[in-house]
Amino acid sequence: MFDFLSDYDILGAFWTTVQLALLSAVGSLIWGTLLAAMRVGPVPLMRGFGTAYVNLVRNIPLTVIILFTSLGLYQALSINLGADRSDTANFRLAVLGLIVYTSAFVCEALRSGINTVPVGQAEAARAIGLSFSQVLRLVVLPQAFRSAVGPLTNVLIALTKNTTVAAAIGVAEAALLMKEMIENEAQLLLISAIFAFGFVCLTLPTGLILGWVGKKVAVKR
Amino acid sequence: MTEVSVAKEDVAATGELVVLKSVNKHFGALHVLQDIDLTIARGEVVVVIGPSGSGKSTLCRTINRLETIDSGSIAIDGKPLPAEGRELARLRADVGMVFQSFNLFAHKTVLENVMLGQIKVRKKDKSAAEERARALLDRVGVAAQAEKYPAQLSGGQQQRVAIARALAMEPKVMLFDEPTSALDPEMINEVLEVMQQLARDGMTMIVVTHEMGFARSAANRVVFMADGRIVEEAAPDQFFSNPRSDRAKDFLSKILHH
Repeated sequence: MFDFLSDYDILGAFWTTVQLALLSAVGSLIWGTLLAAMRVGPVPLMRGFGTAYVNLVRNIPLTVIILFTSLGLYQALSINLGADRSDTANFRLAVLGLIVYTSAFVCEALRSGINTVPVGQAEAARAIGLSFSQVLRLVVLPQAFRSAVGPLTNVLIALTKNTTVAAAIGVAEAALLMKEMIENEAQLLLISAIFAFGFVCLTLPTGLILGWVGKKVAVKR
Repeated sequence: MTEVSVAKEDVAATGELVVLKSVNKHFGALHVLQDIDLTIARGEVVVVIGPSGSGKSTLCRTINRLETIDSGSIAIDGKPLPAEGRELARLRADVGMVFQSFNLFAHKTVLENVMLGQIKVRKKDKSAAEERARALLDRVGVAAQAEKYPAQLSGGQQQRVAIARALAMEPKVMLFDEPTSALDPEMINEVLEVMQQLARDGMTMIVVTHEMGFARSAANRVVFMADGRIVEEAAPDQFFSNPRSDRAKDFLSKILHH
């Protein structure tokens, strides 16, 4: 009953899923950190931008954002992110959409981490003459990241599963292949179970490893 | 303990180092600092005492602008306190601060705590910073704890590290905001001894404290605050034996005789 599986490149599809997840994770970690820095910073304009961004983006369905990158950016505005083929372009647009969306959640996870750092830490850092960005980089964020490992793990797991939305614009990742296989084969339950198992294989170790890391790096007070 | 120079050479010169002129501050409706005028000379040790809520901690925190003021002026070494930014950071590096709750950087070792400002603000190279950090830790008697994290130290040890961290910046003046108030009684003396030594070495110090013994033995001048005002300023002998104001007499009668 498993014969038909050899006709499909399941591992290849999951590899695309992993690539989507990793690239988006790195991108949204960077952009989310910058957003968090804006939200706690002293410049009102940046604070306002950060707040507006988070409240706007996290309330828009991911499907809408992903479809907009393809229909709006790619087809209407011809923004292809330097890709010469449409499947490469779709992949990059999907990563962009996932970064735009996920960074709002990274920002908030980090901000909750920043709130666990006692005010005295930043005061002591300012008192020895560190600038705002040094206070953030050298004292506050290193401690904030350590206590935000738990919430950030949740964001990463959600991101991994959210990559399935990229199927909406034709990125050949796991969910798209699953849809194709379900249409072609009369094995609905088996195929669903295989893909569900595949995602658990990606996310379960992520949660366990990062849970261990979170305990390991926790700041003792 | 080894001798380490802690103050810039110009400390020996006379003159006004910290000048506050008619400083006012409100917390909402509460007028916490009311027309404060205070001048601290180079090398002087000024102890600020007073009942809780009298504004003495706030006063201490305004001097390096951890609290902003509503009106009046504050000048350090002839320069008015700049607004937030690079200038202010540069000035803060010259003003050492020791907090009630120590506030050592929790993710860094004791040694790294004392090195951080030297490297990032004073731009010293790592080996010079480490050498000075170890000498200062030795001076405050916690050299053996250099590789530990703050949470592994007792309160008294943490506070002595915090003093070393402030001294590492070679400050012109040191602010102490109730440095012994969060300590177990048995650890208070080890911190006070370090502060006494510092006072003897000629460091300019502004100390907010409830330790009357320290005020008597180390202070050049006692400033008594109540309800946001400076009620009385006097030499410690005169203040403790013969306070002029009723408010100070009342305060001293409650804390001294039992």
